[in-house]
Order: sequence, then structure tokens, then C-alpha cells
Amino acid sequence: MLSANLSAIFYLISGVLFILALRGLSSPETSRQGNFLGILGMIIAVTVTFLSIGNFSTGLVVVLIFLLIGGLIGAFIAYKIPMTAMPELVAGFHSLVGLAAVFVAIAAFLNPEAFGLGSPGNIKLGSLIEMSIGAAVGAITFSGSIIAFLKLQGIMSGSPITFKGQHPLNALILISIIIITYLLCSTQSSNLFWILLAISFLIGFLLIIPIGGADMPVVISMLNSYSGWAAAGIGFTLENTALIITGALVGSSGAILSYIMCKGMNRSFFNVILGGFGATEQSASAQNKEQKPVKSGNADDAAFLMKNASSVIIVPGYGMAVAQAQHALREMVDTLKKNDIKVSYAIHPVAGRMPGHMNVLLAEANVPYDEVFELEEINNDFANADVAFVIGANDVTNPVAKTDPQSPIYGMPVLDVEKCKSVLFVKRSLSPGYAGIDNDLFYKENTLMLFADAKKMTEDITKNL
Amino acid sequence: MEIDPFIFRLSIFILSIFIGYYVVWSVTPSLHTPLMSVTNAISSVIIVGAIIAGLAGNSDSIFNTSSIFGFLAISLAAINIFGGFLVTQRMLAMYKKKKKDK
Repeated sequence: MLSANLSAIFYLISGVLFILALRGLSSPETSRQGNFLGILGMIIAVTVTFLSIGNFSTGLVVVLIFLLIGGLIGAFIAYKIPMTAMPELVAGFHSLVGLAAVFVAIAAFLNPEAFGLGSPGNIKLGSLIEMSIGAAVGAITFSGSIIAFLKLQGIMSGSPITFKGQHPLNALILISIIIITYLLCSTQSSNLFWILLAISFLIGFLLIIPIGGADMPVVISMLNSYSGWAAAGIGFTLENTALIITGALVGSSGAILSYIMCKGMNRSFFNVILGGFGATEQSASAQNKEQKPVKSGNADDAAFLMKNASSVIIVPGYGMAVAQAQHALREMVDTLKKNDIKVSYAIHPVAGRMPGHMNVLLAEANVPYDEVFELEEINNDFANADVAFVIGANDVTNPVAKTDPQSPIYGMPVLDVEKCKSVLFVKRSLSPGYAGIDNDLFYKENTLMLFADAKKMTEDITKNL
Repeated sequence: MEIDPFIFRLSIFILSIFIGYYVVWSVTPSLHTPLMSVTNAISSVIIVGAIIAGLAGNSDSIFNTSSIFGFLAISLAAINIFGGFLVTQRMLAMYKKKKKDK
């Protein structure tokens, strides 16, 4: 049996290893080593826990069985999941962290002796507060992530669900969570504990349903943050340094990602959270519906343009993920490169359904990461490029964001695609993007629309090159 | 006067938020997806609490309401730990540099 001080030291070490794991992600070269350090930290934390309890009875066998079951399921999912489904997977994982936090809080509430927190009905006040916070945030994370998962998976419609009195209702529930936590701490009543959990599940659900599909990058990041705060709350209850450090790291990581995503859309965090983007802006698309001439072409035209170009910039978006076109795209680029055409990729911060979504897909298709650029790095290059190939992106290229103060996306940083000599726009139809607004780019002189499935079109272009 | 241990934990917490802030800003945007999956995996260190709960039963009654929640939490956290680290590994393995001569 490990002494409490010694195990605290080990927990500290594993906390430090987790910090190094995140630090490793500052560049792809060090990232794999970082991940390894994270695994090491986890092994240390789990081993120390077993040793410090020092109970090697039959209970241990049961624990190991449950550990193994979970591990096998996790490993199976990790190997099977297609890269295009990463947003759903991450949302699903968040929900599990949330639920695990809830379960640990329940276990601690029912059996506080095991955690050294007092006895049932007489739990230390501080621990009870920490436990309630951990449980409530965990429950919100759980139900919120489930909704995010269902929306991303397409089981639930991606359009915002709003109803009258939504915001007052949410506010009311949030206030009652605080009141119930207070009452719970003064009465130690287990009924209040269950009610707290129930309404926390409810508010998580209500908070996410009004948020539309295109805002999912923010939602996922935000839930990431919540899962961290839930873990930290439990960490305080258990007086465990590893958990406190990790919770703080994950919490701030998710918060920063949310901030980056909001900035990428030029919207405030509250604007996204309060929801209803697609719902409120429909009028904007309706007024501009007069027929404007559009130039459309086929794979042959596109191949001709690209063959005569000396540099091509590719702008991928969510549509590429949906069509699974990343491999076809890479093949097209390979052919272009054989013809000595310079190719680079431009990624908008909110392209796709989660932070870094496009980068992963391109990496999967063996695109070297030093050909892939962020918005600020590449935006000036559009003016010097011959062809911009927009595949599955829409709103992030819309010049309206720079020109029309009336537009709902005005002020959003966009890729200066229109500055290219010619623009190839692969899209299935002229329909507006998720923000519900028309893209001026469709009607520009130098734009050639390629109406087709992204994957099929890319393959056809490759054949014609 | 003695300082409540809670204050020490709070200090660790606050300082870790700052560490997290600076470390995460230095993460390259192209690795934001792996960042999310790895934070998922590490936040599942909550499994330590689940193990404590699971092992709390005595040898006569391994299963009581509290330990059952512990066992379930162990499985949930284990899915995340294995799933999170392995899928991160899988993603990171795909990030390659341009081959020099081609």
C-alpha cells in the first residue's frame, strides 16, 4: 500500500505528463511523442490508484473486467472509425466523460466513507459542493454531447430547434440548479441530489437543441471545455492533483478552441450559444432571388483551366468530408504536380464540423502537412494564384462578408478566393450554404461552377488532365 | 493559523488553467482535432475516482449501489482512455512531411 504522500507525488507526475502531452501538439513532429507521454501519465495514475487502495480482493477482478470491457470497446472504435466521422466520435467521447463524472459523483455521494468524505447524510460541506458542481456539469456535458452527436450523425436534424420562451426557461432552470445545490448542501437530502442531476441533464439538452449544424465547431469545443470542468470538480472532491490539473487543462483548452471558432465566424460566444443562426437569417436569402447569370462548366473545362495554370489553391470544406472526396482530391493534386503546377491548400478555421477537421482528412489522404495553410498564412497568395479550386466550402469564401454590412456574416474573416484569376467551384447546386445566404462568388465573371458530387467531379477532372 | 488544504488544491487548479491557456495557444491549428481527442483521453483520468468507488465494497458484498456506479464509470472512462489515445495515435501517424525528392 502506497502512502498518501507518495501517491500524491505520482499523481502530480502524471499531471505534468499530461501537460507535456498537450505541449507536444505544438508541431506534428513532437506530437506522437506527446501522445506517448499522455499514455504514460495515464498508466501511472491508474497504477498508483490500485496500489494506494491496496485492496486485492475479488473486487479487483471485477474492476479489471470492467476496465477490459471498456478498453476493448474503445480500441475497437478507435480502429474502425472513419476519419470523416471524427466530429461525431469526439462528441460521443465527451458524453462518456460527462457520464463517468456523474457516476463517480453518485458513487461518492452514496458511499462517502470510501473517499474519506464523511458519512452518508453527513458529507463534508466543501466536498458536497464540489461533488454537486462536478455532477451537474457532468450531466450537462452528457446530455449536451448526446444532442451534438445526434445532430452530427444526422439522426437529428441539424437545423436549430427553437420555441417561444426558450431563453427564460433556460435561465429559470439554471437559477434553480444553483438554488437546489444550495439546499442540497444545507439539508444533505439525497432526493435533492437526484433532482439536481435530472435538471442538469435537462438543461444540457435544452442548451444544445437551438444550435444549428454549422455552429457545431463551437458546440464541440464548448462541450470539450465542460467535460474538463466536470473532471476538475470531481478532482476537488477526490482531492486528486492529477484530476485537478487535467480538468483545468481540458477546460481551458476547450474554452480557447471555442474562442478561436467564434472568431472564425465573427460571432460572439453568446450569440452562438443562444442559437438560431439559420432560423433568423432566412429573410436575407429571400430578398436576393432574382436570376443572375452563372457560368457552369464540366470536368473538361476545369481540367483545361488547371493544366494551363502555374499555381492552384485548393479550398476544402465540409462538403468534401460528406462526399469523402479527400483521396480523389489528392490524386488530382498528384497529377497537377507532375505537370509542375504548384498546389497548396487553404483551410478556414471553421471549415468542417470541428476544429482542425479538414487538416485531419487531408492528412488521411497523405497530403503533406507543409502544403496545408491557415487563413492568415495563405490569404495574400490568392491574388497571385491562377486557379482556386473550392470543394465543399461555401460561406467561408463569400466576399459578401467583406462588402455588405447588411449581411449576417459581415465581418467574418473569409478566404479571398475571388482574387484568383479563375475560380472553380464544385457544388451540387446553387443553394445557399448553412448561413442561408447567397454566395456572390457564384456570379462573378471569373467563376466557373462545376455542378456535381465533389468526389465524382474530382475524379473526372483527374481523367481529363 | 493553518491553511486549509483546499487552498492548495485551488492554487494548483488556477495555475493549471494558466498553463493550459499558454500550452493550448501554442498548439498548431492543424492539430486541433487530435488536441480534442487527446484532451478527451486525459480527462478520463476521472477513472481513478471510479476505481476507488469500485473497490470500496468489502469481500462479502462486492456489488452495492455505489460500487456498481463505480464499475460502470470504469468502463465508460476506459472506452475514452483507450479510444481517445488510440484514435489520436492513428491521426498523428497520418501527419507526414513532404517527401524531399519525388
